[in-house]
Amino acid sequence: MTLPANWPGNNFWWHFIVFTLIVIVFVFGMAMVFIYLERRGSGRFQARVGPNRTGPFGVMQPVADAVKALAKETITPDKADKWVYWLAPVVAFAPVMMVFAVIPLFDGAMLADLNIGILYIAAISSVSIVGLVMAGWASNNKYSLLGAMRVIAQVVSYEIPLGLAILSVVLLAGSLSLTDIVNAQNIPFILLQPLGFLVFYMASSAEINRSPFDLLEAESEIVAGYNIEYSGMKFALFYLVEYCEALAMSAIIATIFLGGWRGPFLWPILWFLIKVVAVFFLIVWVRSTLPRLRIDQVMGFAWKFLLPVSLLNVFITAVQVVYFPTLQWPIIIINFVVLIVLVVLWSRLYRFGSRLHASGGGRVEL
Amino acid sequence: MVIKTEPFVLNFGPQHPSTHGVFRMRVTLDGEVVVNIEPMFGYLHRGIEKLVEGRTYHQIIPVTDRLDYTASMSNNLAYVMAVEKLAGITVPERAQYIRVIMAELQRIAAHQLAVGAFTNDCGCFFTPFLYMWREREKIVDLFDMVSGQRLTYNYMRLGGVSHDVPQRFLDALAIFVKKMPEYIDEYDRLLAENEILLARSKGVGILSKELAVNASVSGPVLRASGVKWDLRRADPYLVYDRFDFEIPTGTVGDCYDRYRVRIEEMRQSVRIIKQALEHLPEGPVKSDLPAVIYPPEGEAYGHIESPKGELGFYLVSRGGVSPYRMHIRPPTLINLTALRDMIIGWKVADAIVIFGSIDICLGEVDR
Repeated sequence: MTLPANWPGNNFWWHFIVFTLIVIVFVFGMAMVFIYLERRGSGRFQARVGPNRTGPFGVMQPVADAVKALAKETITPDKADKWVYWLAPVVAFAPVMMVFAVIPLFDGAMLADLNIGILYIAAISSVSIVGLVMAGWASNNKYSLLGAMRVIAQVVSYEIPLGLAILSVVLLAGSLSLTDIVNAQNIPFILLQPLGFLVFYMASSAEINRSPFDLLEAESEIVAGYNIEYSGMKFALFYLVEYCEALAMSAIIATIFLGGWRGPFLWPILWFLIKVVAVFFLIVWVRSTLPRLRIDQVMGFAWKFLLPVSLLNVFITAVQVVYFPTLQWPIIIINFVVLIVLVVLWSRLYRFGSRLHASGGGRVEL
Repeated sequence: MVIKTEPFVLNFGPQHPSTHGVFRMRVTLDGEVVVNIEPMFGYLHRGIEKLVEGRTYHQIIPVTDRLDYTASMSNNLAYVMAVEKLAGITVPERAQYIRVIMAELQRIAAHQLAVGAFTNDCGCFFTPFLYMWREREKIVDLFDMVSGQRLTYNYMRLGGVSHDVPQRFLDALAIFVKKMPEYIDEYDRLLAENEILLARSKGVGILSKELAVNASVSGPVLRASGVKWDLRRADPYLVYDRFDFEIPTGTVGDCYDRYRVRIEEMRQSVRIIKQALEHLPEGPVKSDLPAVIYPPEGEAYGHIESPKGELGFYLVSRGGVSPYRMHIRPPTLINLTALRDMIIGWKVADAIVIFGSIDICLGEVDR
């Protein structure tokens, strides 16, 4: 399904207005779907029913959540830095929305077909962290400060493997434009780049603070982290940021690894949505299964595991692209072997449990 | 350039999701590293030890329910055993078997809560917790059948138990005993080899054998440190000497060992229940006692191996209707004394895990 050549959207302003609306509807609508999926899905994972009171199967739960959040009083702590406190949710929210500008819902259906799309995403998505840091600092609360401290350390570290994972995809596609990347995926890149997918998935989980890297809002330790002092609409905005980030990540993975809108039989937009929801399902699954890592383990994982593995992956991919550009199916097998060998080897080298056990763990001698 | 840093004080609790009640820790942090902690408790103090001085010996039983509300049956049992020692009351054999069954069911339920809450402290998003809750619910239903209550059972009586168990309880228990080992295997599959759980708990918060003994720590925390000490074997009460079971011990004394010990104890408890159910004798479940008893002047100490450790009741009688003085030895309060040595030097996240691995109940700590 491609857009007709004479449709009014070919006019720049028409295109801008229509797609801004589409992006907003898409993001808010999908965020609602995600909230429902997460609450209901994790309910099923945890051997319980999940929300089932609001509407059939509880489908209106996100709406009820939103209404509840809106009806609450917005409290600003006395000692808070008022301006920064007020600005933080907006600063966190805006960049997340901007990510969707370059994500193709189907062929050509995007707000802006940037030729450096993926670079734009890598740049813009880390800006929202500034909002979280602002919130953590301005709340004037020790828990939120701890959360802010953690988020800086974590996100800066995981940017690097994230970038390298993207690089391996870009090498294959030969372009930074998301449309070109999707068009290059006659075979989805998850098959050609299994290791890249794994690294990207883990690094972006850390980037959007999902389990097992959800340190900045670690409920059992620092209660809610950066947003502990927020209530009402401001809290709802942070809540929304969390799900929009998850949506952005799912959409990016669907686009660059799962072949975006491409797929047989169904409409392209449906394929895209199915892939996005599938990735999000994986996130929910991981969240309801795994415990949380400690801050030094999270940092160690980024620098000692993900970074070398993704560097090697980029190297191997580059060799394949330069010397065997036409081979496809053998490359898939080779890359899966590379994935298994690298992960097994590096896990042996860098394994928390057994090694820490011998050395007495991460205790600091005082 | 060296940036000047200074430690800062963080107040954990009493309103904090991981304090298992209203415990409070004043934690001094250097970045993420804990340099000092100051435990504070007493937020749930209800003066139970004083309260009971105005009640008859029978009336005290429901008060003991409110001590460790995650293990009411064990509290009942420890108390009635102390009074029986004081007044020289004999307990029919069937009642002793029923008491063993109840105490072991309670141990499973309490350990499920303990392990579930511990995994939550490790950062699991409630999944293991709710899996364990699924089976705990069955135990609570079993207790409901015999006592009509789901939290504060008030089932034990001086000289026996309040009612004989109904047939449907025995039927349901037989099914439970058959199914439970599978469920414990299921928990193990989910958690035991989980790399992140290993990373978070192995080698973390080591409590050495010497310190554990010196601090008078008891229960799973002591056994995880490698000391084979269980009152069911060391000072057999009820009919425990007739059963075949093992005492699981850890090797290092870290959080993971404490978790393992609890899981293994669940298996052993199932074994005990199975044997008790097979050999359950017929007969009365309660010896004839007047509504008010007057124990002779004297003192008695009754203790049991409760899920959390050695739970003891020390009673002083002056021959009146109520005890002159009652002192409770709460296992978790004494286990908490080792907390500071275990936590210092670890990070905030570890502090929570170590604290969770002790498995405290504030109803008992503060009394």
